[in-house]
Amino acid sequence: MNNNYTTIIGLEIHVELKTLSKMFCACKNDPFFAGKPNIYTCPVCLGLPGALPVPNRKAIDWTIKLGLALGCEIPLVSKFDRKHYFYPDLPKGYQVSQYDMPFCKNGFLEVENTMNQTSYNRMVRIRRVHLEEDTGKLLHAVIEGKKRTLVDFNRSGVPLVEIVTEPDIRSGSEATAFLKKIHRIIRYLCISDADMEKGSMRIEPSISMCRKSDATSKSRPGLDYMIPAYRVEIKNINSFRFVRKAIDYEIKRQRELLYRGETPEQETRGWNEGKGITVSQRSKEEAADYRYFPEPDIPPLRWQQSTIKTIQSTIPELPDAKKKRFMETYDLSDYDAEILVETSQLADYFEECTRAAQKLMPDTGNQDIKQYQEINPKSLANWIINRKINFEEILPARLVTQIVQTKKTSSIDKGELEKIVAQVLVANSKAVEDYKKGKEQALMFLVGQGMRTSKGKISPESLKKLIADSIIRRKEQE
Amino acid sequence: MDICSLTIRQAKEALDRKEFSAIELVEACLENSTKYDGILKALLTVDVDGARQEASAADRLRAQGVSKPLLGIPFVLKDLYTTKGLRTTAGSKIIDNYTPPFDATVVVRLKNAGAVILGKANQDAWGHGSSGENSDYFPTKNPYDTSRVPGGSSSGSAVAVASGMCLAATGTDTGSSVRLPASFCNLVGIKPTYGRVSRYGIIAMASSFDTIGHMTKTIWDNALVYEITAGKDPLDASSVDRSVPRYTQALGKAISGVKIGLPKEYFSSKGIDSSVFTATKDAIKELEALGAMFVEVSLPHTDVAMACYYILVPAEISSNLARFDGVRYGHGREVFGEEAKRRIMIGAHVLSSGYYDAYYKRAAKVRTLIKNDFEEAFQRVDVILTPSSPTPPFKIGEKTQDPLAMYLSDIFMCPVNIAGAPALSVPCGFVNGLPLGLQLMGPQFREELLYQVAYAYEREAPWYKTRPDLKKIEKTHE
Repeated sequence: MNNNYTTIIGLEIHVELKTLSKMFCACKNDPFFAGKPNIYTCPVCLGLPGALPVPNRKAIDWTIKLGLALGCEIPLVSKFDRKHYFYPDLPKGYQVSQYDMPFCKNGFLEVENTMNQTSYNRMVRIRRVHLEEDTGKLLHAVIEGKKRTLVDFNRSGVPLVEIVTEPDIRSGSEATAFLKKIHRIIRYLCISDADMEKGSMRIEPSISMCRKSDATSKSRPGLDYMIPAYRVEIKNINSFRFVRKAIDYEIKRQRELLYRGETPEQETRGWNEGKGITVSQRSKEEAADYRYFPEPDIPPLRWQQSTIKTIQSTIPELPDAKKKRFMETYDLSDYDAEILVETSQLADYFEECTRAAQKLMPDTGNQDIKQYQEINPKSLANWIINRKINFEEILPARLVTQIVQTKKTSSIDKGELEKIVAQVLVANSKAVEDYKKGKEQALMFLVGQGMRTSKGKISPESLKKLIADSIIRRKEQE
Repeated sequence: MDICSLTIRQAKEALDRKEFSAIELVEACLENSTKYDGILKALLTVDVDGARQEASAADRLRAQGVSKPLLGIPFVLKDLYTTKGLRTTAGSKIIDNYTPPFDATVVVRLKNAGAVILGKANQDAWGHGSSGENSDYFPTKNPYDTSRVPGGSSSGSAVAVASGMCLAATGTDTGSSVRLPASFCNLVGIKPTYGRVSRYGIIAMASSFDTIGHMTKTIWDNALVYEITAGKDPLDASSVDRSVPRYTQALGKAISGVKIGLPKEYFSSKGIDSSVFTATKDAIKELEALGAMFVEVSLPHTDVAMACYYILVPAEISSNLARFDGVRYGHGREVFGEEAKRRIMIGAHVLSSGYYDAYYKRAAKVRTLIKNDFEEAFQRVDVILTPSSPTPPFKIGEKTQDPLAMYLSDIFMCPVNIAGAPALSVPCGFVNGLPLGLQLMGPQFREELLYQVAYAYEREAPWYKTRPDLKKIEKTHE
């Protein structure tokens, strides 16, 4: 395989913010679950003559929050701009967006990846994070035998954050790792559901292949590749699992063209899920002239440093920091810590459990200390991960108690157990006969006896099972 | 007596004294529109039933002792004003069938103050014009001389007041469009400080220039209406949060010691008609007799103001007209009139990539210089005085062959739109029966100064009492 080419990937990510109302009007922000088309509309998001945009403060705050979480600079002056083009889902004929003065810029996200069994880190720079409004949605239908296109404006005006990376990503697997990380951060911040299937997160990778540079290359200093002669943008990737596939397919397609001595065209291609291929959509040779100019209906925004600090203080502990702390504080493995910080809810649950376990530590006496030492954070983590505990179904205190009980049983050796069971059966032959005759209550009586004898070291559930099995065995032997 | 020739102040007193009812007043206005509008063509839509209902309601409220500032006073609205359930065309054929589902904020405020809306006024389509001849429907005629223009773009509004079809009319002033028709029709017209009056629901021409003004026969009337329309609107992000003074209470204060600036660049202009010069000089003498002091000032960037205006305004026009795509309302874009197409093309050009810096950006910088000119002048004087128009009302058809000549009729008026400062036109005489106007410009948010000076002048020179001879119209065209 010819290794002369480097894969250059940049990502453009759109995230719908889950504010209660839309970006520039008071309409309800809930396009996916609306149920009927065009029910969350008003003069502003329908682009009626005379309507004016009034910015949603929360959407702006959340954009700053995301930028800060991604290590961005927050310029103290920012503005909105108009981006002009004609399309039926764009009611004003322009989108209110940001052009040259975005809310956030120059951030970064470090991503861990494995290639050929080696782990390495990739630093992905984030060029900008800005805020804009979403468009309406087009639906193609056949009405009275004719092909028609319908427009639903429920989504028009929904606040949309756009994240643009530098082309620092070098493979499909790096891209996926990056996206998983950003997705997790967005969920931690509680600013969006970021669900690709519901359209609240959209991904457009740009992919080029470049010759690796040699000593006399024309590349910019510091680059490990020559500047690409073209760039292909991929749209219509509607699910996380297809991101990697689409990128890998596209890399293969470009590589084949390049090996044949051809240069791939600069264009936009659509991912075709059914066929697993990308298909040419439109040429990007002549980029649309959006005729950007500053949005005159919205005065520029000027930040106080103190306001930025306040927003910063609302950012919770983020996944990377939390993972590091879990590994250090709880002596967890990288693998376990990674799983536990997948969602902030799971991570919080785990920590609640460690606190609950602490509470159960007895004040005096050391007869049971050995058991409670079993409920250290490490084994808690194991338990939660390996038994796939559903944290929504069982409270932390309950879970810990359960674990203790189960471990109690396993702290008695087998021989002892059998002795106790035998003792109970011998001392209570009437109850045994009653149970054989079908009286369930007799079994519970026997279990109670077993609990007394073992001084509570065995859990009732285990005892019940052991006693019942034992009786059946003896019955068979008779 | 034609009760529609009363001022609002007189009509209010008469209504309170029960000399006539609101219904009688409204019927008289409707009768005037029936009598004269066949020739004058001031109105596009008349809401006879709605007006009668509102008038009855006004009478009922008054009988109950309810007091509202404009209770029962008939108004006409420029057809850029969105009115719920009442056709709104912007003077254009593109939306000749558009019935808005909401009221503009100013309309809500006027209605809440008790005003009766009689109908929608004819205008230059979209506000593009200075004469009324660019209406997609038909040109409006000047009631003082029907072979001449009434001024534009709020042509119908001015004629409706001047011919007794209403007691006040609303307009918009982006580059002269309230003041010029006021001047040509012997009325008082106010151009507010940018951001003083809400633009929500007013079909946008140039978003950073549009101001929402109105025309009346007298200064007192004008100040009263301004108390109703001015003030912060949460639906308009460009509206300013500043308390609204009781403008009527500024009237009657002596103006001795007020410094009035005469900009040398305006008075040395070669295009000023000698009759205009004479009338202006007479007005200056009147004001001097009242104690005002005249000082020469300089507005050095006057010579580039028109160029600056005709780059920035078409740019914003081309953007604001992008929403008229025929998808949700109105007809296709081919229906745009000549002047609209002209401005859309110029606007798109100056915003296009490769030209933005040389045209739009440069003009935006010049805009700041022009704004600074005014701010510096207002360090030395309280208000600035100029003629409203270099010429008396011109003949219909006189300037339509040369768009540039038409643009230059705004030369005294549009610099103040560039600066965002307020201005007022007040009647200052006649030449051959044709009305002439005097313009006063002031610092931002100092409209009470303009009203104070103009009121003092009006008391000495009550030109508003000269009504047009409408019998001429009736007789000639019977």
